[in-house]
Amino acid sequence: MLIRFFFDLRTAGVPVSLPEFLSLLHALELRLAFCSAEDFYYLARLSLVKDERFFDRFDRVFNEHFQGAQKTFENILEKVPPEWLKIMVERSFTAEEKRAVESLGSWEKLLETLRERLKDQQEIHQGGNKWIGTGGTSPFGSGGYNPEGIRIGNEGIRQRRAAKVWEAREYRNFDDQITLGTRGLKLALRRLRKFAREGVAEELDLRGTIDSTARNAGWLNLKLVPERRNAVKVLLLLDVGGSMEDHVRVCEELFSAAHSEFKHLEYFYFHNFVYESLWKDNRRRFAERSATHELMRKFNSDYRVIFVGDATMSPHEIVLPGGSVEHWNDESGSVWMQRLTTHFPHLVWLNPEPRDRWEWTPSVRLTRELVGERMFPLSLEGLDSAMRALRKRSS
Amino acid sequence: MIKTQQDIRFSGTESYIATTDLEMAVNAAVTLSRPLLIKGEPGTGKTQLALEVAGAFGRPIFEWHVKSTAKAQQGLYEYDAVSRLRDSQLGDARVADIKNYIIRGKLWEAFDCNVRPVLLIDEIDKADIEFPNDLLRELDRMEFYVYETQELIRALHRPIIIITSNNEKELPDAFLRRCFFHYIRFPDVDTMAKIVAVHYPKLKHELLSEALGAFYKIRETPGLKKKPSTSELLDWIKLLLAEDIPPEALRSDDPKKIIPPLYGALLKNEQDVHLFEQLVFLNRRTR
Repeated sequence: MLIRFFFDLRTAGVPVSLPEFLSLLHALELRLAFCSAEDFYYLARLSLVKDERFFDRFDRVFNEHFQGAQKTFENILEKVPPEWLKIMVERSFTAEEKRAVESLGSWEKLLETLRERLKDQQEIHQGGNKWIGTGGTSPFGSGGYNPEGIRIGNEGIRQRRAAKVWEAREYRNFDDQITLGTRGLKLALRRLRKFAREGVAEELDLRGTIDSTARNAGWLNLKLVPERRNAVKVLLLLDVGGSMEDHVRVCEELFSAAHSEFKHLEYFYFHNFVYESLWKDNRRRFAERSATHELMRKFNSDYRVIFVGDATMSPHEIVLPGGSVEHWNDESGSVWMQRLTTHFPHLVWLNPEPRDRWEWTPSVRLTRELVGERMFPLSLEGLDSAMRALRKRSS
Repeated sequence: MIKTQQDIRFSGTESYIATTDLEMAVNAAVTLSRPLLIKGEPGTGKTQLALEVAGAFGRPIFEWHVKSTAKAQQGLYEYDAVSRLRDSQLGDARVADIKNYIIRGKLWEAFDCNVRPVLLIDEIDKADIEFPNDLLRELDRMEFYVYETQELIRALHRPIIIITSNNEKELPDAFLRRCFFHYIRFPDVDTMAKIVAVHYPKLKHELLSEALGAFYKIRETPGLKKKPSTSELLDWIKLLLAEDIPPEALRSDDPKKIIPPLYGALLKNEQDVHLFEQLVFLNRRTR
């Protein structure tokens, strides 16, 4: 019975391994949990689950096994990973905000789509409610990003595209979860390390000591060098809001991974494309902006610039003056991008959309051209090649 | 070895309230001699747990506080080549024996203890991302090799190892597989009342319920950058007692005082204070 439990846990995506299972059996043998379902539950969770993110999944499998519940979740499980649900919750908030826009009485066509989507969302949400209710104490706050400032476009094409993303979303997010943990990201970001010795000399320089001791006719002459530090400077520019909603989690992971990996990390947000100003605090994006010119003055060209965005928008937003969805821009986005690429020779664009979808979006093609084909998917492999591209100077 | 340990049971202490699942976690880790990895929000008593376990079992405790520059080797031993070199030039007799220049780390000290000790590895996530990988064999087999003296150091008694993490970095799977894992959830109101009672036994019931009410209200404020935690609540209550604040003052629906007194103990940055004020203000208006 427990063996089936073990395999069901694995199918449910809880990464349990044999030694962990054996240690649970060993603990049972020692009567650590005896005659009490609760004790057994705690013990099993303690020894099999190693991350609070999986508690919810574990609870589900446990419930199914030991309460004699039917395997109703089998299908749901494949379709709706809990992370997805969480994104859904985030979604529903933004939808409410979108409904607030509705009261202003504009964009009828758009609202139709939104309402449809909301309906769709609620159905699945209810299905999922069964089990999000049972465990669901997820400690993961959705920090960093604010869902405010959702761009609502009124072009037919754009809405269709959004709907497509919505449909295709389930599996992708699930996969992203597996392949892209912060740990993986950090290991990939390590490629960008360039150690330099600067600061206080506090580490023994063995070579130098031997050398100078020998020159000193055997009398010890200590040499100290500063400790090696990661000297790479990174400027992270992140797209927020609008179509990026789907990718918030991955971007957050990237951000937190990058944050602890680099000493010099500066970040700014933009919306869809770069224009004359960017901002640092998403909550006060309209009040506190910094000019892109300022940015180029402040950060010299040895900064590595990483754009993160799906580059999915109307091509107008890139090529036309006044094309921005939020404000009037005197100069087109492409002009600004050209300025940035000339100022920062080390520059890449990471795109959370899968590569095979790029071809179908004109704006992605445009952006790729603008950044000199240095666009990479936001996956481990893509990140790896992006870091490699950042290391060599662009042509 | 295991049989003798079976009679040990941890069930909280006079100054530490442990929930059933935490008790189970500690007991399982002690019985099976596995390291116990504790995660949870800051201020939920992760580090405190190790001290309390040591106290409850009457065992010595070794604390290894990990920093961002810490290397796994520092927990085992360090070889002080420089002072040996210096001594050799000064003709010190100690220089003949390399052992004199091996400096023991916390792990070695714990291995060498003649009763079963408690070893706390605090905030393991602060160190480099490879740090936990370098400790795999040491934690698994409880032994390590000193290359300089060619000796194998083996634990006399497998220490009770408690490892805390704040989730700043993800830990490698191979490491996790060797540990038991427990996530300290934020206590519910009842547990919290017990915790406060343990620390301030003479606290008036009225003040306690008002304080807890205000506290959870603040915690539930959406969008706070840093939610106040248990240790902050305890500090706050201490302040309230010291200032002799009456329970009535804590009712935040008092129109004059929108935020509870001495909130500085609970909210740690001005954005949060600002946000909270705004929310309370909005609440009052809609009422």
